[in-house]
Amino acid sequence: MLKVRVIPTLLWKGVGLVKGIGFDSWRRVGTVMPAIKVYNTRQVDELIIVDITATAEKRSPDYNEIEEFAAECFVPLTVGGGINSIDDIKNLLRAGADKVCINRATYDNPGIVQKAADKFGSQCIVVSIDARRHPDGNYECLSHCGMRPTGKEPGIWAKEMEQRGAGEILITSVERDGTMLGYDLELIRMVAECVNIPVIASGGAGNYHHMYEAVSQGRCSAVAAASMFHFTQQTPMEAKQYLSSKGVPVRNVNVR
Amino acid sequence: MISMDVLVIDYGMGNLGSVRRSLEECGARVIVSDNPKDIESVAKVVLPGVGAFADGMANLNKLGWVSAIYDAVKKERLPLLGICLGMQLLADKGYEGGETAGLGLVPGKVIRLEPDSPNTKIPHIGWNEVNQTKSDYIFNGIDDGTDFYFVHSYHFVSTDTEHILATTPFCNKFVSAVAAGNIIGVQFHPEKSGYPGLQLLENFLKI
Repeated sequence: MLKVRVIPTLLWKGVGLVKGIGFDSWRRVGTVMPAIKVYNTRQVDELIIVDITATAEKRSPDYNEIEEFAAECFVPLTVGGGINSIDDIKNLLRAGADKVCINRATYDNPGIVQKAADKFGSQCIVVSIDARRHPDGNYECLSHCGMRPTGKEPGIWAKEMEQRGAGEILITSVERDGTMLGYDLELIRMVAECVNIPVIASGGAGNYHHMYEAVSQGRCSAVAAASMFHFTQQTPMEAKQYLSSKGVPVRNVNVR
Repeated sequence: MISMDVLVIDYGMGNLGSVRRSLEECGARVIVSDNPKDIESVAKVVLPGVGAFADGMANLNKLGWVSAIYDAVKKERLPLLGICLGMQLLADKGYEGGETAGLGLVPGKVIRLEPDSPNTKIPHIGWNEVNQTKSDYIFNGIDDGTDFYFVHSYHFVSTDTEHILATTPFCNKFVSAVAAGNIIGVQFHPEKSGYPGLQLLENFLKI
């Protein structure tokens, strides 16, 4: 049976790892390489690493750094931040990324998803969607690290991205991000029900039970978390033990 | 440590960095090359690859790999490991990107995964069990049913069950490892499957 994945997210800014709240108030939480090594030793299901300043600084991802990270990572590695072109994707995959995560470029140029899927295969194209809930209850996709409204509705946008060839959707609730109050279950479920590709829930995880809710109520295929792993004693392995106790299929790890 | 030269075939289909790194982690000296001549100087061959079947075969043909691979594995009997698309290309034919002839090294065809329930999401992305149907050196030290990492939308259908080494329970079940003599193919990514994956690569290097 296909397992539900528990994925630590690493946000990378300048030389360090950071974590914010609501896509703001970034706090430094360490450096990237030791974190990758630890997660690799602990045999996590997958890692997502996002260069959160690349887009704002209008630059391409740092391929050399990614190559160094990938060399220490024997689990699947998804890389995002600053992806603008097919060349950026090619260079990231060449540097050792297994999948790339595209956000802002999908709004400026939705055709990039189709081109990338045709060239590299849907399986390595993850479309990241950041969404906020308005007071009237409607959701809207935001770009530029949660700063710019796009007028797109997340479910409809996710469906369009699937039709264009996305292999996975990473859905993040901007206002839950960093709060550790739990995922936005309504948002996750809405997106998961709109598409037939795997959905990764992100934004708000604070404990193992939140992850269980994202799977059981949100219907996602994977759960991502950052603050919970940075700021508490909780670990991806224990998360999986909890999920397993609730009947969720997770991967058992035999650490050598 | 296993010190030997392993060729990783570079035919423009996806991520070779992680395959190279993981083979090196197992002690191999790795040559990543797009020149079919290099196959003559190595002890083992890895055919990796991510992408569509038709594109993969077109690239292998264009770069002159098809006859080089055939000579190496059929005449020189070099062990070859196909990974993901590299496993699929071992078949007689594939249907991704139009019906296309494959390398014809392991009898079978490659077709799309068909969802067995409305909740089944394709591509098949993530960790799933590899149930060993036959004991083989490639699984030495790896428990039956161990999870490996998969990312694919098509799957291998063997003509003859004799070539099936393992199956995986998804869309009912599909063939996740095949072998025919010195040729082995795995649908999952050992280079991304943590310690069990490294163990499998080490087993391949040891034969």
